Amino acid sequence: MITKKDLEHIAWLSRLELSEEDREKYTPKLNSVLDYFGELDKVDTEGVEPTYHVLALSNVFRDDEINSPTKSLSQEEALSNAPKKHDGFFKAPRMM
Amino acid sequence: MWASINELRERIHADSSEEIVAEYLERIGSSKLNAYITVAKESALSRAREIDSESNDGPLAGIPVAIKDNISTKGILTTCASKILTGYIPPYDAHVIERLKGAGAVIIGKTNMDEFAMGTSTETSFYGSTKNPWDTDRVPGGSSGGSAAAVAGDEAPLALGSDTGGSVRCPASFCGIVGLKPTYGVISRYGLIAYANSLEQIGPFATNVRDVATLFDVVAGYDVRDSTSVDREEKYSSALENDVSGLKIGVPEEYFGEGTDEKVEKAVWDAIHKLEDLGASRTEVRMPHTKYALAAYYIIAMSEASSNLARFDGMRYGLRTEDSDWHTTFSQVRAAGFGDEVKRRIILGTYALSAGYHDKYYLKALQVRTLIKQDFEQAFKDVDVLIAPTMPYPAFKLGEKIGDPLSLYLADVDTVPINLAGVPSISVPCGFSEGLPIGMQIIGKHFDEATILKAAYTFEENTDFHSKRPEEI
Repeated sequence: MITKKDLEHIAWLSRLELSEEDREKYTPKLNSVLDYFGELDKVDTEGVEPTYHVLALSNVFRDDEINSPTKSLSQEEALSNAPKKHDGFFKAPRMM
Repeated sequence: MWASINELRERIHADSSEEIVAEYLERIGSSKLNAYITVAKESALSRAREIDSESNDGPLAGIPVAIKDNISTKGILTTCASKILTGYIPPYDAHVIERLKGAGAVIIGKTNMDEFAMGTSTETSFYGSTKNPWDTDRVPGGSSGGSAAAVAGDEAPLALGSDTGGSVRCPASFCGIVGLKPTYGVISRYGLIAYANSLEQIGPFATNVRDVATLFDVVAGYDVRDSTSVDREEKYSSALENDVSGLKIGVPEEYFGEGTDEKVEKAVWDAIHKLEDLGASRTEVRMPHTKYALAAYYIIAMSEASSNLARFDGMRYGLRTEDSDWHTTFSQVRAAGFGDEVKRRIILGTYALSAGYHDKYYLKALQVRTLIKQDFEQAFKDVDVLIAPTMPYPAFKLGEKIGDPLSLYLADVDTVPINLAGVPSISVPCGFSEGLPIGMQIIGKHFDEATILKAAYTFEENTDFHSKRPEEI
């Protein structure tokens, strides 16, 4: 059960500013979904391995070279969508 | 109207790609379906002229293709139907777009979808709902609703969508067309803007199985930039034979459970009997963990989403609000940019992964995923394919379910287990209920797209559900 206070904490972790009205509106809907998730408590999963990925994949390595098919974007391309930029950098808000 | 690839190729040969593309653009322009977010009018016409002048003989030379708006297209606005990606123009193409361009296809536009592919009805789009061509008071399904409505409404002969928990098959079913969710790893996800990466695959839409196979042949294949991409060479369209003799069909009774519309149940059983008449055999199979798939799916999808969507912070692209301190700016950008459903999923995903809840929700869901995968492995020891309804009911009304997220999630009951197991599934039209299309899904073993395509093709060759068209448009 998520309370409005829990929601405030989770919203902070999620970097989502929620208004009092949002918290009011979301709490019952979130709880009805969480209740439904509780269905899984009925399944015996003792000793069952989790499946993170359906295919038997291992780490994939490549040569550390530029101009390979994995080459990255140019600085200009990478910055082409930035709402704020300065001297070839992304401009972020102040830390404190 | 509703021309196949072969018919279009003949027309392009006789007339030109430019004329064909112009005809589609005209229909899009006068449409009320809201299937597209962006119509790439100028670039499509100029590409068509280019194809006309260079006598390109690629398999899709001069043929328009509509692309779901979560697939990156260089130089064409890509929004994921979210306000947060306002103005985002990708500086690169997704792997599937490179493939399409190489095959001579013309990108005609970017289709509407649920915001970040989170939905079953295309109603969570920032750009408004798409309407179902069969009844414009109804949803087209989701999340790739724009792509399916475009094909069903003759606003594109072919389209790509993405399927995380049914997002290709559901709208294919609701719009009366064919849609394929391939085996996980067969199509590169490079350039697909991630929602839940362990579950999702890009998939093709068309009005018939042959065209789906042809489009699939073009976009499938190994790509070094997607570390889950699988290295296989296969020509899927060569599997299309009108023959199901000896095919072993499994029918999982769990997929015909409570809440399944009677007419849907009957249409799917009639289709199974039709395939039996054509030489297939049938056995009933049990998949006892099916009823837990939905909860497991949503926990995993939301958890992955909460992590994937962390990148949308207004620094590198999209919406940016007034700057304050670091934490406040990010929180305000995300509050202003994401819609309610996306916020709910990020919150629930963050909760499921947070200290104290990780084992109860996320780990538990991954363990249940193992049991569901084992259900499929067990079933496929005895049968070649499984057949089930794609959706438990035909298209519902716009606004009918959107106010109650859980009731909307429950609509995905028959599609999500397939993504948890990573197996392929194709939805094909198999009947109608009060003028609305019904779809059945034919589910296959890992990498056995050939068998499900062949079964779907045989069904199509011996029935005429796929050739019916909506009258309203």
